[in-house]
Amino acid sequence: MAEASTAPAPAVRPAKHRSSRPDSLRLLFNNKLATAGLLVFALIVVTALLAPVLPLPDPDVTAPADRLMRPLSEGHLLGTDALGRDILSRLVWGSRVSLAVGVSATLIAAFFGSLIGLVAGYAGGRVDTLLMRGIDMVMAFPYILLALAIVAVLGPGLLNALYAIAVVNIPFFARNIRGIALGLSRREFVDAARLSGKSHAQILFIEVLPNVLPVIIITMSTTVGWMILETAGLSFLGLGAQPPQADLGSMLGDGRKILFTAPHVSIIPGVMIFILVMSINLLGDGVRDVLDPRLKSGALTRPVARTAVERRQVPEGATPAPGAVLDVQGLRTEFHIGSQVFRAVGGVDMRIGKGECLGIVGESGSGKSVAAMSIMGLVPTPPGRITGGVALFDGEDLFSVSDERVRQLRGLAVSHVFQDPLSTLHPLFTVGEQLVEAIEAHQPLSRSQAREKAAELLSLVRIPNPVERLKAYPHELSGGMRQRVCIAMALAGEARVIIADEPTTALDVTVQAQVLSLLDTLRKERNAGILFITHDFGVVSAICDRVAVMYAGQFVETGETGEILRAPAHPYTAKLIDCVPVLGEPDRRLDAIEGRPPVVNDLPVGCAFAARCPRAEDDCRAGPIALTEFAPGRQVRCIHPLIGETQNV
Amino acid sequence: MSDAPLLSIDGAERVFGGGRTLFGRTRPGVHAVQDVSIDVRRGETLGVVGESGCGKSTLARLIVGLDAPTGGRIVFDGRDLVAEAGRDLRRLAREVQYVFQDPVASLNPRKTIRTILEAPLIHLLGLDRKARAGRLAELMEAVNLAPEFLDRYPHEFSGGQAQRIGIARALAADPKLIVLDEPVSALDVSVQAQVLNILDDLKQRFGLTYVFISHDLSVVESVSDRVAVMYFGRIVEIGPVRTVFGAPRHPYTHLLLQSAPAPGRRSLVSEDANTELPDPYNPPPGCAFHARCPRGTDLCKERQPVLESAPGEDGHKAACFHPHAGREAGKGEHVGQG
Ligand SMILES: Nc1ncnc2c1ncn2[C@@H]1O[C@H](COP(=O)(O)OP(=O)(O)OP(=O)(O)O)[C@@H](O)[C@H]1O
Ligand code: SF4
Ligand code: SF4
Ligand SMILES: [Mg+2]
Repeated sequence: MAEASTAPAPAVRPAKHRSSRPDSLRLLFNNKLATAGLLVFALIVVTALLAPVLPLPDPDVTAPADRLMRPLSEGHLLGTDALGRDILSRLVWGSRVSLAVGVSATLIAAFFGSLIGLVAGYAGGRVDTLLMRGIDMVMAFPYILLALAIVAVLGPGLLNALYAIAVVNIPFFARNIRGIALGLSRREFVDAARLSGKSHAQILFIEVLPNVLPVIIITMSTTVGWMILETAGLSFLGLGAQPPQADLGSMLGDGRKILFTAPHVSIIPGVMIFILVMSINLLGDGVRDVLDPRLKSGALTRPVARTAVERRQVPEGATPAPGAVLDVQGLRTEFHIGSQVFRAVGGVDMRIGKGECLGIVGESGSGKSVAAMSIMGLVPTPPGRITGGVALFDGEDLFSVSDERVRQLRGLAVSHVFQDPLSTLHPLFTVGEQLVEAIEAHQPLSRSQAREKAAELLSLVRIPNPVERLKAYPHELSGGMRQRVCIAMALAGEARVIIADEPTTALDVTVQAQVLSLLDTLRKERNAGILFITHDFGVVSAICDRVAVMYAGQFVETGETGEILRAPAHPYTAKLIDCVPVLGEPDRRLDAIEGRPPVVNDLPVGCAFAARCPRAEDDCRAGPIALTEFAPGRQVRCIHPLIGETQNV
Repeated sequence: MSDAPLLSIDGAERVFGGGRTLFGRTRPGVHAVQDVSIDVRRGETLGVVGESGCGKSTLARLIVGLDAPTGGRIVFDGRDLVAEAGRDLRRLAREVQYVFQDPVASLNPRKTIRTILEAPLIHLLGLDRKARAGRLAELMEAVNLAPEFLDRYPHEFSGGQAQRIGIARALAADPKLIVLDEPVSALDVSVQAQVLNILDDLKQRFGLTYVFISHDLSVVESVSDRVAVMYFGRIVEIGPVRTVFGAPRHPYTHLLLQSAPAPGRRSLVSEDANTELPDPYNPPPGCAFHARCPRGTDLCKERQPVLESAPGEDGHKAACFHPHAGREAGKGEHVGQG
């Protein structure tokens, strides 16, 4: 199971439960168009395969007496052509030929194209340049012209048409596969394989190829239809199948001259080509959707723009604590995946006052991000849903307001800064364009006013030479600069609460120090509240007034930062502090926390930490443990807390 | 144990790009690693710290032979590492191994753990089936994983478990030197401690030598005997970890230590936003840290400072014209106030 630190972690976790993840076939049948395509295609293939045993007249025997009979004539269901041959028979045999040629051409093109792509992508450098320039040259010719030229050189004939079609399609495969192989070859597992003593050929075919295979299959399924069409095109021009052999293209070509006197001779093969190609393309799109890993997360539908709220009981008349800008009470967020329910957040209270910074600390998967994203409804539904609690912003319950109101409040009232600035910033727009857009979303300003405001925001986040920087693209900025831009965007709507989700985790220490002190200054200058999520007690010390320690979806300890660090009350907090090395104390023994946090679809009835807790006793496992206040401003969820004992930190 | 260093890097340089175009124009090159000289002694852990892009990973890849330097020499156990890696990486890979930063990305998603761990046993050691089975059991035991895990796929593992598999793979061929490139930065704090403890235990058991790369100063401090601080492709300070972190001489090391958050440390010292790294395509002629350095002078702008020992401190070197004073000035400066 992947230990993803990003929010939808619970969505990734249940990978182990095979049964709850829809398998590929089910996904395919879930797509009605693809299923229809599959059925039609299967019917055509079976008929074509059975051609020799079906009671059909010989397709090539001419009978001048019976020429140009209309469809539904006696003995000729689809009529006859200009030479009196049975069209139904020719259609079945012709489809057989067209299918065989199309599929073989696809296989040949896929084989050589993928090989070129794999080698070019893996080898890189000169080999890559050489191969890809060659491919570019092939692609520089108009498609059908190249095929014509090849057939012209080789001479007409079905086999030559097949070669031509295959060659023309090689570049398509080569380019697609090269891109993927290039990415994979830079992946660490390829280096690891080299250090395990594997040769380049072994790496290419044993390590890289299996990862490229889905892409090859996708490309094949989406091109085979085109290839059939192209074969038909060549045959239509008389360059493919030679008389008397039938294929769909040559049948169409035969009918051309008598299009007005006997339209059925050309319309029937035309319709057949249409049905065949259409069914293959529908099926191909379905296959692509199934194999595309982005669609495999278990969600069969697109997430909606706001988390579903399905509270079991709506709390009546909840009132915000005095002085709190944002007061979240009893928040519960669940993920429903298959038959499993993951209780990612199980009853959490978060209170943030003006200019106050609340830190949430915990291991990955403890529910920090989900708790934070629930506030503005940013948890994807499906599979997420909010099942309890209220989020009072200035007394207004964010969980019961309209979608329109939430959209307004996002950015204006509460805004987010995420760990990876590149995921927030669009790579193709300048920083200025994105900032202006964020500003205009909240305020009716003219373009130039908005630009001015954008420059102001950049200088607010201490970016030197802001007017020039507005023209920069995200990739032209360093990591720290990008994160500042994200903070500037979060401030675009004068947000009163900033939710910062590990905003410095990806940054270097020197840059981290800058971003932290920037956030610290901003909250003082602008009186904005900050909800700061991190796993680092050092970072917490630098910026947070109060901390909440989260474990398995619940807060297990809250209190003032300094006090918790000095005298943690919950055994988990103590362990969490003890397991990190502290600068200046190299001899400190690192006390690892044995075991792993419980999976939130199967929480114990008692204390969730009991399995790892050195102080656990029988009563800990008996029933739920409440978060109790044991000193002013300090709460703990433990019945044998560490308070009152000496700490040897 | 002989006195000769296990690994000796002498003036290593790696330039990316550069050379000439088809039409004879010179292309700009990036000096990812420049004039780096380090000796790694048998049985020690050498920490390497520095910010992203300073050339730590490039240096690591040079040491394991995944990349070749464009200049300088690297000698491993008396043999020319660069020439050997160029001929056949297998011989070197038996003795020098690598642990990757992203544990999940370093495992092929479509292979079982058994296949992944068997690869070095087959290709590097040529073990037969029976010997492999025995060795696999030993490896899993060494990194504290249940043998049942062998037939699972990488995505079924947590980050910490995946990293332990990465370590097991590096151990498989029984190497002398392991280069660990940010081995714990992708891990949760609670798991980080498990992995650090396992690394420490393995080092004692198998007499390993580590080169430990990290941007986390406290982790480096807790695992290393000596530490090298890199900035912009060069080593700016090197010495025993306690001396370097206790009494840093280079202004950059100072800045790093002051910026590092620590539990209980309320305010962090931060520099102006204006301080950007120098342009790698157009490096300054003098000290690369000059634009950010509070102690810089005109001399620093013109000339490149060389790595020199502090008077009376043989093992502690810094590349700076105006270094901070030794011991007394730095005392306690970086220790948190909590
Ligand atoms: N293949 C490459 N081509 C061009 N430049 C490169 C290449 N690999 C690295 N570089 C450059 O070399 C320099 C050092 O990179 P390196 O990956 O060694 O940094 P690092 O210290 O390991 O950073 P991080 O902590 O982010 O991994 C950077 O300027 C980087 O952009
Ligand atoms: S309630 Fe019991 S098991 Fe839970 S943390 Fe406290 S002592 Fe440990
Ligand atoms: S050489 Fe000069 S600029 Fe460079 S670090 Fe030393 S004092 Fe600063
Ligand atoms: Mg690196």
